[in-house]
Amino acid sequence: MKDAETASVRKSKKRQAKPKFIKTEKTPVEPFDPEALIEVQHLTKKFGEQVVLDDISEKIVQGEKVAVIGPSGSGKSTFLRCLNMLEDPTDGYVFFEGNNLCDYRIDINVQRRRMGMVFQQFNLFNNMNVLKNITLAPVHIGMRALRRAQRKNFLIKAGNLFRPAAKKKPLLSVRTSKKEIKADAEADAMRLLERIGLADKAGAYPSTLSGGQRQRIAIVRALAMNPKVMLFDEPTSALDPEMVGEVLALIRELAEEGMTMVIVTHEMGFAREVATRVMFMDGGKIVEQGAPAEIFGSPKNERLQDFLSKVL
Amino acid sequence: MSDLGGKIETFFKYLIDYKNYETVLLGLRNTLTIAVCGLLIGIVIGSAIATLKVAGSRSRVVHAVAYIGDAYTGLFRGTPIIVQLIVFHFIVFRGSGIDSLLEAVIVFGLNSGAYVAEIMRGGILSVDIGQTEAGRSLGLSYTTTMIKVVIPQAIKNVVPTLGNELIALTKDTSVAGYVATMDLNAAIGIISGATYDYIVPYLFLALVYLILVVLITVLIRFAERRLRKSERR
Repeated sequence: MKDAETASVRKSKKRQAKPKFIKTEKTPVEPFDPEALIEVQHLTKKFGEQVVLDDISEKIVQGEKVAVIGPSGSGKSTFLRCLNMLEDPTDGYVFFEGNNLCDYRIDINVQRRRMGMVFQQFNLFNNMNVLKNITLAPVHIGMRALRRAQRKNFLIKAGNLFRPAAKKKPLLSVRTSKKEIKADAEADAMRLLERIGLADKAGAYPSTLSGGQRQRIAIVRALAMNPKVMLFDEPTSALDPEMVGEVLALIRELAEEGMTMVIVTHEMGFAREVATRVMFMDGGKIVEQGAPAEIFGSPKNERLQDFLSKVL
Repeated sequence: MSDLGGKIETFFKYLIDYKNYETVLLGLRNTLTIAVCGLLIGIVIGSAIATLKVAGSRSRVVHAVAYIGDAYTGLFRGTPIIVQLIVFHFIVFRGSGIDSLLEAVIVFGLNSGAYVAEIMRGGILSVDIGQTEAGRSLGLSYTTTMIKVVIPQAIKNVVPTLGNELIALTKDTSVAGYVATMDLNAAIGIISGATYDYIVPYLFLALVYLILVVLITVLIRFAERRLRKSERR
């Protein structure tokens, strides 16, 4: 009994061991604000000598729709990609639901499942049809959970052989089989496809679809994981003008449902209409931010005035 | 040249009347087994090494394994296959009583793995980085993304090159006879040894290899067309 106790203490000590962070970071961790869904502390990103993000600190709370605008090369996309660690920050921390994503001990894959990401180039898996594209991740993750539960049950069963009848451990409940997981995911995917009106394309390959269709499927693929926040990286920049509308309509619909989202965009009209907050980035810094009416109506910063006069 | 007809007659007498065709068929089977199984082993080893090399992981273990992969590639590409066969036969598998066919499959698998590693690396690099990012952003691990998304597309891109490798491997198996594997070359060698004639049997051997290679080419073209389905439909 005592052995078991010391073992558990040792284990908990191991868990409390000093956090190990990605890269060498100088700034100390500040306490995380429990109100925020995503908190960014002193985020800095350098590519060699070039500073792309310069000491950004920002909070995004649940339900907010943040539009990030700015000239090209201002670090908008890099900022978004740092939020789910597609780029490793050079310095600073990113918190998501209280987990420090820069910490090695956090399983980044588990965290990413709660953050959907949509890319400029759609990035649908070319070797799979639409349905498989959407169900790949849910099925894979469901299967992993199932296998883990089965493995644990096997160990419990083996342990029970040596336990007296009164002390037998109960087995974990394994509800699903592979077939059920697959059927569930497929039903879910079909429901989502129906919603965007592309249910008849379930068996088609991405190369046969139009840009607008591909982007809507990419959005649905991210939605299939039930994310808490959606990150959009210029979702309409690679589309033909006539297809922009259908994609924006879908994003708007999501926004109305209350999804938290961060959108990097060049569509000023859309940002003005949908966003609850607009950030203007320039030179790796957030130069000005505020309500859309404020940013577009009465910009204070000179750079922002200049930028808006060019795009509007 | 005058007695070429006589030589051909002698060759076919030995081949058919003296039942040597059984050995030749066995040799044909073994040659194909070695080439195909060798390539399959090579694809598995090559994909693994290529994945590690492309990974750019922060883990020291991965770096170490990638270095070992580099050493392996250098070693197996840098030494003649005959030497590798002999080393495995007389040193590594010494006294293990392992079947000589299996031994040849392993050596040829390891050898082609070294070549396929570089082929696969090129293939993986040819797949858009966005595919990896999309997989990762869905919460799949690097390995899963590679296995489910990137490597299938990479293989599609390298099928012509892999076909090249299979053809080269098929002809390379002619040295498997050095370690007592009955391949096509060794089987023909028996006949030529018995008839003291080297022209006709080896021309016959060349013809068999030529037919094999043509068949493989057709198969690869067929496979490629099937794999390209997702792009054309």
